[in-house]
Amino acid sequence: MVKIKIQDLNIWFGAIHALKNLNIDIESNEILTIIGPANSGKTTFLRMLNRLNELEANFMMEGLIQMDGSDITKLDIEMLRKRVGMVFALPVPLPLSIFDNVAYGPRMHGIRNKKMLSEIVKKALEEAYLWEEVKDRLNISAFNLSGGQQQRLCIARTLAVEPEVILFDEPCSGLDPISTAKIEEAMLKLKQKYTLVLVTNNVKQAARVGDRTAFFLSGELIEVDNTNKIFTKPSDQRTDDYIRGKFG
Amino acid sequence: MLDSKKIEKIAFSFLFLAILLVVVPVGMIIVIIIQKGLPAINWQFLLDIPRHGMRSGGIFPAIIGTVYLVLGAISFALPIGLLAAIYLSEYSRDNFLNRLIKLAIVNLAGVPSVVYGLFGLALFVVFLKFGASILAGSLTLGIMILPVIITASREALESLPYAFREVSLSLGASKWQTIRHIVLPNAISGILTGAILGLGRAAGETAPILFTVAAFYLPRLPRSIFDQVMALPYHLYVISTQVPNVEEKIRYGTALVLLLLVLFMNLVTIIIRYQFRKKKKW
Repeated sequence: MVKIKIQDLNIWFGAIHALKNLNIDIESNEILTIIGPANSGKTTFLRMLNRLNELEANFMMEGLIQMDGSDITKLDIEMLRKRVGMVFALPVPLPLSIFDNVAYGPRMHGIRNKKMLSEIVKKALEEAYLWEEVKDRLNISAFNLSGGQQQRLCIARTLAVEPEVILFDEPCSGLDPISTAKIEEAMLKLKQKYTLVLVTNNVKQAARVGDRTAFFLSGELIEVDNTNKIFTKPSDQRTDDYIRGKFG
Repeated sequence: MLDSKKIEKIAFSFLFLAILLVVVPVGMIIVIIIQKGLPAINWQFLLDIPRHGMRSGGIFPAIIGTVYLVLGAISFALPIGLLAAIYLSEYSRDNFLNRLIKLAIVNLAGVPSVVYGLFGLALFVVFLKFGASILAGSLTLGIMILPVIITASREALESLPYAFREVSLSLGASKWQTIRHIVLPNAISGILTGAILGLGRAAGETAPILFTVAAFYLPRLPRSIFDQVMALPYHLYVISTQVPNVEEKIRYGTALVLLLLVLFMNLVTIIIRYQFRKKKKW
């Protein structure tokens, strides 16, 4: 089933044409990975899906993005961002305790009941594979966690608002291999419940976790196909060159 | 040839000299004021009204007057200044008009205080018919310290990493929720630093209160906010230049009380700031 449908999307930041004539569908419960060199529009694409691009001063867009059949630019922006969560490249814990970080989203959406919040926090931390490591020290500052733990905390924080789609913007770029493996494990589990879009600079990571992979270059979608096919028989020479490390 | 070690030593001694030039005069001022003023300080001096043409007695009405004026100024300027800073830092777009407004506010902080005094006289005393009163004086002082508070608060708000705001918005929080729960709690100590700067300035200035509130000699406490009061900086000016034969220790004693008063108010603010910092989780 198509979760998000994107038609003829063009994005500009002032004079810079960041995304060009983009057409792509994102299926429910899949992990769509997006690869491509720097400045290829990957992050811009991701930040379009929760409309974070609109914070930029000279942002302009054309085209249609539909989630479950409705135009996302017509949805209430807070509701959209509740449904489409995001995990950023660098782990950014809020300057709060571990508990308050995870409870922040639900609280902003009006949940005050302490027992309910505790349950939400526990469930989210479990789903992000962090509960066992932090269950005895939920009230310490989130900045006392290691980088990998912080990033899993950010995932838990995103899960706590019960989104439908989760956007990952190079979530492992600053992490060691073991933390990366834990996050990949979490992602593979999460796709049973959520739709995942993963932007990554690590081609191998795309091969490991992606159901489908899209290759972006200079703001254009070169091709999108099953991950296996992209990595064995891509239909475009440029995709092949990038995967083999000839440029990028 | 000078090697880099020597250059470093020379540069270091210049930096040290600069610090010395700053610290020594300030230290001397404080030492002299304490030395000459301390003998005047006793309960009678602090709690009595001025007597014998201000040549003896106490300075109680002036202390109370300054406290009222400073509290009035800060309770007017802090909320308005904070709201303005929130608007400028969080809501306004980065365009020509807003840059102009920011520049104007920074420059307003440098306007001579006597200009604020004249402005206060024209607007509050004459036009709004408050007369020379605590209200007019507080508002004038408040307007004078507004730019200081806005600038300090804006810097405190803008020093908070943008990523925190993005994270909060990405979780579906509204802009106001983000400001209320993430931005403000973490900017509060910088905002209070602005308040401290404002307090000190409001307590010490003479010119803005000269036309708007300060009484030459009024040996009683104010009855309402439409009453005139004596104030420490103006009283100091009066007994130093307008009244002959005032004992030196009374003049220095008055200056010492003014310094201690500002110090005390700053201390209260610093304690509040410390309480907020303790709660901070990073």
